[in-house]
Amino acid sequence: MKRVSSVWIVSLIAAVLFGVLTVSPASAQQKNIILATTTSTQDSGLLDVLIPMFEKKTGYFVKTIAVGSGQAMAMGQKGEADVLLVHSPAAEKKFVDEGYGINRRLVMHNDFVIVGPPSDPAKIKGIKSAVEAFKRIASTGSLFMSRGDNSGTHAQEKAVWKAANINPEGQKWYQQTGLGMGQTLNVASEKRAYTLTDRGTYLALKKQLGLDILAEGDAILLNIYHVIEVNPAKWPKVNSVGGRAFADFMVAQETQGVIKTFGVDKFGSPLFFPDAGKKDEDLGK
Amino acid sequence: MDLILDGIKKAFWLLVTLDPEVMGITWLSLKVSGIATLVSLLLGISIGSVIALTRFPGRRVAVSLVNTGMGLPPVVVGLFVSIMLWRNGPLGFLEILYTPTAMIVAQAIIATPIVMGITLAAMQQLPKKLRLQIFALGATRLQMVWILIKEAKLPLLAAVMAGFGGVISEVGASIMVGGNIRGYSRVLTTATVMETSRGNFDVAIALGIILLLLAYVINAILTHIQQHERPR
Repeated sequence: MKRVSSVWIVSLIAAVLFGVLTVSPASAQQKNIILATTTSTQDSGLLDVLIPMFEKKTGYFVKTIAVGSGQAMAMGQKGEADVLLVHSPAAEKKFVDEGYGINRRLVMHNDFVIVGPPSDPAKIKGIKSAVEAFKRIASTGSLFMSRGDNSGTHAQEKAVWKAANINPEGQKWYQQTGLGMGQTLNVASEKRAYTLTDRGTYLALKKQLGLDILAEGDAILLNIYHVIEVNPAKWPKVNSVGGRAFADFMVAQETQGVIKTFGVDKFGSPLFFPDAGKKDEDLGK
Repeated sequence: MDLILDGIKKAFWLLVTLDPEVMGITWLSLKVSGIATLVSLLLGISIGSVIALTRFPGRRVAVSLVNTGMGLPPVVVGLFVSIMLWRNGPLGFLEILYTPTAMIVAQAIIATPIVMGITLAAMQQLPKKLRLQIFALGATRLQMVWILIKEAKLPLLAAVMAGFGGVISEVGASIMVGGNIRGYSRVLTTATVMETSRGNFDVAIALGIILLLLAYVINAILTHIQQHERPR
């Protein structure tokens, strides 16, 4: 009996040592890049295609942390990420102006669309102006699901409310999920609510959602993604070389070509439109 | 309902074809939670025994703290561990944030109070006279503790199961300190969350089923040991 117990103890300790040794291999630190990005680039599957390409080409190991754009920038602000791929232009400008980020470059765009139940209680179908559509949702008191998570989509949605001169906070028809885009779409679908979504995530999930695109095409609904390198002058521990390499990769011609065709086979239309080298003002024209 | 059937089919398919990504995710879950449980056993049983067998001022407070710790919310642990492990945080020099090692640390913190609390309860319900008897037979203190641990074997195996069950099913801390990085720190629970938000409900359900199967197999083995060594 006694022997059995000591065998157990010895094997337990051996297992712990073995485990710790195998799980934490000696890693070359500067080979790791922390990419803080929005959920839409991960949920749409785009990064599953691009990251392996980049890793194979450069030998870097990318740690993709998919959070909202707000949190991604907060990570950059604390020097906890090396490079950001985000879609919240106003906040991005502030981020760069305050010296946290450098070299902000345009990568791609798609657009936001207003989706809602096919019955369309607020009668917004076909309205071109997003502001007008939001006004109707508010005036009819139709349920609206907001991300409520400081993401790029949430920032965009707030901008439209502001343009419509409506403060939806605290209204009974206005609910916040605090979740990612995919989950918010599911909630909206279940509750027959309207919501603002990027087209990519909507297309990726469309098959199981009871939601239709009701309003689209307004210039205010452009969804623009930039890559920003975290400023190593603020945070010396930032892997600036790696961050630069990833940012360069995102705007490289080959990558842009992949972005252009990504999703066509699965959804019949591309999810993102490559824009490297263009200017923000020229988009959507 | 169809979704659940699809999920079961998908789980079956992923398992028979030994889908390499899913196998990797499953293996990592097992490895991370297994090691975290082992660490928690070493810490939980040793410290738990000391608290159970000694008298010191503030002991009741300590016991209450341990018992509260049994309900530590994983996300809170995840948040604190993240802040500690940030590059520019106090333990940033370790450079282990967003690695499986960080997940082991967080899960060990979650499991240790569970193991400790059950150890405490198990050791305290051993008859007091047993200790006197062991001493009377000439045992040293360390030998005495060892014998008591062996006496409490059955509830201690329950502690193993509770600790392991707590961490293998936890998602909040793993996603925060591990980052759900593909092929590196993605485990069954974090993959389930991601597949759900991607709308791949069949895959999400399949991953959930694999998680349940894994938990069942581990617990069946532990239960077998426990019931095998049960005093007859």
